[in-house]
Amino acid sequence: MNPQTLQLICFYAFSFVAVVAALSVITLKNTVHAVLALVLTFFSAACLWILLDAEFLALALVVVYVGAVMVLFLFVVMMLDIDLEKMHEGFVKFLPVGVIVAVVMLVEMVGLIGVRTMHAQGLGANPATAAGVSNTAWLGQALYTKFLLPFEVAALILTVGLVAAVALTLRERSDARYESASRQVRVNPRDRVRLVKMAAVRPEPSAATSENTPGEPQP
Amino acid sequence: MISLAHYIVLGAVLFCIAVAGLFINRKNVIVLLMSIELMLLAVNMNFVAFSRFLGDVSGQVFVFFILTVAAAEAAVGLAILVLLFRTRSTINIADINSMKG
Repeated sequence: MNPQTLQLICFYAFSFVAVVAALSVITLKNTVHAVLALVLTFFSAACLWILLDAEFLALALVVVYVGAVMVLFLFVVMMLDIDLEKMHEGFVKFLPVGVIVAVVMLVEMVGLIGVRTMHAQGLGANPATAAGVSNTAWLGQALYTKFLLPFEVAALILTVGLVAAVALTLRERSDARYESASRQVRVNPRDRVRLVKMAAVRPEPSAATSENTPGEPQP
Repeated sequence: MISLAHYIVLGAVLFCIAVAGLFINRKNVIVLLMSIELMLLAVNMNFVAFSRFLGDVSGQVFVFFILTVAAAEAAVGLAILVLLFRTRSTINIADINSMKG
């Protein structure tokens, strides 16, 4: 089979899975199932990006989204006790307006794109291969030279997000006991322990043994 | 042969599905957050397709940044959601009306 035809078949298969999974994300009643459908959507999108020779981003999508963000979603969904029936009410009420808005937007977008004129143009050669490097090297060379400052800002944004998430969900419990390190360091031994001096007293050996030893017969 | 139009139309379809999701699931905050993630995915699809089509690396670098910001946004959004559930015991948008917005 012609490799280009094979690619086209793969494209249609993956995009069909992606669209069906995206539809089930917004229609499924159970939120856990919706999260799993979103995982499937992201995975199909990663496959589509591999068809576009964007291997690094496809694998980053799988690792970052499917591996981290979606697991976070799953944790939160399973942690919260949600009334599914109440969440789903209003679905039928808002369905017509949602479908109308989506269809109108889609028609406008596709009309704006101009599918017929753009359809004649192929994607062309892989630019990374034309530059003689792999996709990861191609991306990395741009990221660490031309986009170094935005890259650092992105790292800062991740740090801010981390600190914000912890600071939002941290709570002080009143029934828990904490240690105060500064008070522990500041304490003076003389306030805690009192040393006393007293004379050593030896107890009477005969009286003690005769009273405490149980094995001896009583007189 | 795969053309640019294939990917752009796919991105438009995913984006419109996400917009419809915002409309029909307006009770459930988690599904709203997932719809936003779906929108970002649709936009990323366009960026990657144009990056390949134009032979420009900037599109893929931008997708990288969008992934970063989306991860931070999801973390903060879910933290707010957990906090909301802890104080109000609900995540129904209709019940969150104390600000009269």
